Amino acid sequence: MTTRIVELRRGILKKNDELAATLRASYTAAGVLVLNLVSSPGTGKTAFLERTLKELKARGLRVAALVGDLETDNDARRLAASGAPVRQINTHGICHLDAEMIGKNLDGWEGVRLDGLDYLFIENVGNLVCPSSYDLGEKIRVVLLSVTEGEDKPLKYPTLFHSADAAVITKMDIAEACGFDRELALKNINEIRPGIRIFETSAKTGAGMEEWLEYLAEARGVL
Amino acid sequence: MHELSIVTSIVETVTETLTALPDSQKGARVLEVRLRVGALASVIPESLEFCWGIASEGTPLQGSRLVINMLPVVMHCAACEQDAELEGVQSFRCPRCGEPCSDMRQGRELEIDSIEIEDGEEKK
Repeated sequence: MTTRIVELRRGILKKNDELAATLRASYTAAGVLVLNLVSSPGTGKTAFLERTLKELKARGLRVAALVGDLETDNDARRLAASGAPVRQINTHGICHLDAEMIGKNLDGWEGVRLDGLDYLFIENVGNLVCPSSYDLGEKIRVVLLSVTEGEDKPLKYPTLFHSADAAVITKMDIAEACGFDRELALKNINEIRPGIRIFETSAKTGAGMEEWLEYLAEARGVL
Repeated sequence: MHELSIVTSIVETVTETLTALPDSQKGARVLEVRLRVGALASVIPESLEFCWGIASEGTPLQGSRLVINMLPVVMHCAACEQDAELEGVQSFRCPRCGEPCSDMRQGRELEIDSIEIEDGEEKK
């Protein structure tokens, strides 16, 4: 019996990473800005996205959304009220979206072509852990944090916060009632992801949305 | 939470590697699988080990050891012009000068480094 070492040096998520690279190239070729929205369940991703889609549509921009949940198409129905094309992805127990699910759902999406869009939003499954490992080919990963969740969320879930390109604080309209310590939250986000753009928003009142939309316009400009 | 799918993917990759070995080495048994896992890979070593037995059962990897080499986060500090190893993942500041760092050089790895196999000579 002889034993030997075989070097592999192979990424475990290589399949996903390769698919994501292909998606990224197709987004760039089509000229569509793709954003991946991640947060824990209940942060208000859907409400924030509803408002974003509505505002962008009102500005004459072409938008669409893919939304991931374990079950139900409740979120897709809410988002569709904006008039934008929306497709629900049910993962049936899987805790994150992956590049393969995105590719499949883009392929068979009737009436939607990537080169006919300015923005594509992907609302990930509500989870602060697993989505961080799966690249969807997005240009911008947006992490959302609500004022009800506790200012130390970034310290508790550094992986996801560290992988984000922008951070959105939601439900600012009830910040005072929640005893939300704004300074501490900003400090914690910056501790994990120094220099990240942070937007303080309320989908209900529209606070902070103007700044967010400006950011989206700028980001598209440098596609 | 997605450790089982990660472990399943490791088993698939190693099985593929074994299939690609030259005929003389077919039937090799896997003794050990060595991983490199960054501190920011969002994978819990204990969960990988917990899933290992279940995922490798009935495959050439059955009974093998999973060895996980955890890698700390390494940031490049622009102020010091040097790489710096972080002690944890609670603060992304240079441990030397205290400046915030955003250029990560290590910490997201999630890969199979190597496998140790025993050639299946007893067959034939």
